[in-house]
Amino acid sequence: MNPVLDTPASTAPQEGEPPENYLTEHTVISWLLTTDHKRIGILYLLSILVYFAIAAVAAAMMRIELLWPDGRLVLPETYNKLFTIHGVLMVWFFLIPSIPAVLGNFVIPLMIGARDVAFPKLNLLSWYLFMFGGVLVVYSVIVGGVDTGWTFYTPYSTTYANPNVVTMVAGVFVAGFGSILTGLNFIITIHKMRAPGLTWFRLPLFIWSMYSTSLILVLATPVLAITLLAITVERIWGIGIFDPNLGGDPVLFQHMFWFYSHPAVYIMILPGMGVVSELITCFSRKKIFGYNFIAFSSIAIAVVGFMVWGHHMFVSSQSIYAGMVFSILSFIVAVPSAIKVFNWTATLYKGSVSFETPMLYALGFIGLFTIGGLTGLFLAALAVDVHLHDTYFVVAHFHYIMVGGMVMGFMGGLHYWWPKITGRMYPEMAGRVAALVTFVGFNLTFFPLFLLGYLGQPRRYHSYPPEFQVFHVLSTAGASILGVGYLMPLIYLLWSLRHGKKAPANPWGATGLEWQTPSPPPRDNFETIPEVNGEPYDYPPLEQRTVEPI
Amino acid sequence: MGFQLFPTSASANAGEVDAIFWALTGLSLFILTLVFLPLLFFAIKYRRGSRADRTPSKIPTWKFEVTWTIIPFFVGMGIFAWAADVYFHIESPPANALQVDVVGKQWMWKLQHAEGNREINELHVPVGRAVKLTMTSQDVIHDFFVPAFRMKQDVVPGRYTSEWFMPTRVGRYRIFCAQFCGTSHAAMTGWVDVMKPADYQKWLVTTGQGESMEAAGKRLFTQVGCSGCHEAGSKIHAPHLEGLYGHPVPLDGGQVVTADDKYIRDSILLPGSQITAGYQNLMPSFAGRLTEEEVMELIAYIKSLADQQPPDYAP
Repeated sequence: MNPVLDTPASTAPQEGEPPENYLTEHTVISWLLTTDHKRIGILYLLSILVYFAIAAVAAAMMRIELLWPDGRLVLPETYNKLFTIHGVLMVWFFLIPSIPAVLGNFVIPLMIGARDVAFPKLNLLSWYLFMFGGVLVVYSVIVGGVDTGWTFYTPYSTTYANPNVVTMVAGVFVAGFGSILTGLNFIITIHKMRAPGLTWFRLPLFIWSMYSTSLILVLATPVLAITLLAITVERIWGIGIFDPNLGGDPVLFQHMFWFYSHPAVYIMILPGMGVVSELITCFSRKKIFGYNFIAFSSIAIAVVGFMVWGHHMFVSSQSIYAGMVFSILSFIVAVPSAIKVFNWTATLYKGSVSFETPMLYALGFIGLFTIGGLTGLFLAALAVDVHLHDTYFVVAHFHYIMVGGMVMGFMGGLHYWWPKITGRMYPEMAGRVAALVTFVGFNLTFFPLFLLGYLGQPRRYHSYPPEFQVFHVLSTAGASILGVGYLMPLIYLLWSLRHGKKAPANPWGATGLEWQTPSPPPRDNFETIPEVNGEPYDYPPLEQRTVEPI
Repeated sequence: MGFQLFPTSASANAGEVDAIFWALTGLSLFILTLVFLPLLFFAIKYRRGSRADRTPSKIPTWKFEVTWTIIPFFVGMGIFAWAADVYFHIESPPANALQVDVVGKQWMWKLQHAEGNREINELHVPVGRAVKLTMTSQDVIHDFFVPAFRMKQDVVPGRYTSEWFMPTRVGRYRIFCAQFCGTSHAAMTGWVDVMKPADYQKWLVTTGQGESMEAAGKRLFTQVGCSGCHEAGSKIHAPHLEGLYGHPVPLDGGQVVTADDKYIRDSILLPGSQITAGYQNLMPSFAGRLTEEEVMELIAYIKSLADQQPPDYAP
């Protein structure tokens, strides 16, 4: 790839007459029937924000409720419905589509020098399936709600919970097909549509991570579909699959569910790792350290991630020998993550590091993901998991990975590509403050939960013993700061659409093909398909040029 | 406002679990330092515009990669082995443990001692004696969790699970249901009351119901009709239960299983699932006719016959 510092000025937007771009057409129908990957990315962005908002309100209500040990704000059944809404929407309708379907859709074709994804119409169908699934889920909430938790454990979900389970499960089922098609689309796009000269080892690492993510989406999601179908079959026709009274096996459900849902955890972190690899190298002005190791560690995570599901079941009555196999594999899957963290750190060495908003999020990601990963070791260690399983320790651990990791990655990526997406710069100072507020609020919300978990506070408790109250109050205080950290970008990003500075083609001086086309890009991405004849992240050697602040 | 920093530790296993927990905490702090210090140092030293030396390093990068692949791998294997060893130990109850049967149901714990004492959401045990809980659920999956003992185990309908602990300190410790089980999940809590052995004996006597588990099982054995076929002298060709418990049973089809709690439970509720070699499937199922507690009483009775000789004639 050509170092973009040499990008000719002609690609910058001209003053006066704005050039035609993918945003030029304004009708609603042009959006609803678009097959442009960039517009579909924006459709996803708007829709996941709606689901995020609903799920965040549910979280806020839970945190307020938990200020008092005796549960005085909402009824127990309401509380149970709140954490179900929060989990289902955050996992399937925010985190899983966040980076892949929003940023992935927008930048994959741009990064590989293609005019669109391989199947543009299928891409639009994915969004409609996603929306239809989401509407079903929201409908099931409106008509009464579901109180099973996002895990739908049997026989509670099949025999004892209210019948809205079927609607909600149907929603997740339908949205799952959207995921499968998106994964399929990305795999084929990355295989077949790379620009001339863009070999596999010249690909940006974000593409490697999206490729690994897509593999999981395509291979794991069908198992979720089968599992959800089995719930529905047992629920409606009373065919005994999971309920022991009908001759079924409730633990079988957990095997099937986690066979999907553990790999799904990697769907919720690999894309974040991909974004961070882009950000760290760009804002260090230096070729990434250990490209091959980062690339293959993504694949390793995707593959080994399929073999660790039983670590969710150490106390489920699964055989203790099976527990040992799953435990050892869980320690092994931690190694590729560690490799990434060390390589990111090493990338800063002898770089030229600047601290724009995306970089702050990337550094925050490394810190929080490292804590999330290390606390994962506690849960992979058999005897310790017996104590910590199903406590707040687990809640804290996966929020460090999913919110501290994935959401930080998403915010970093959103700010990084925002000029490309909208053609406008966001206000830098506001961005930095928001990143900092998010980081502080996040830690205050979730760190106390590790201590609560070690004390023995179980998950999904509407009320709790009074000796746990201090940590709950701290967590709620943190959550309100975190809320501010999320509201700020919402405000200044919207503001920037009209009032932000006009963005040049390459505001960060980054390498990568997406920065060689105007911001926002034309409908077909590139005037002429670029040709690639060099390594990725090919920043000029630092000792040979003057380093100036941007 | 209530406050407590670390959980109380009141069982022999708690110390072993805590040792791994704190070792992991120390290791985590070490690794965090290893990542954060260089991260901060590089970020400051190599900030844009600084005059730091940026001549590329001559050390081949693969040396770094190998180092930070191999070391985490072996550290991980070490922790795995340690935690697996303790896990194996805390999942294997000693043979002389006191036996308590537990039935979970939405939203309460029903417990029964071998002596026949029944309790709800309270468990009285003597200090310094291993206690083994044999557990099942009447409806959905529950989980019997005692943080002070660092012990939890899912309680699953349709099967028996067990957990054990050796209380080391007299006191009252919380029981939580740790597996989400419906509306009043958070209210499915209780207390373990660890008592001095003499107090425990007194408690057994003052709250005793008179009928032990074994005696109740023996009464049921006749009452619900098991004795009609399974008692010595019966004309029906049915397996004898004397000397059965804990011994191998050859099955129709060549398999051999050990007659444990689960086997006997299945034989009562799903008699067709495992037929003893040389017998026909004649027995009706007792599913729906016996409560989980009654099945446990029958098992206690059959267990008491374990040391007896089967009647001395060919089956």
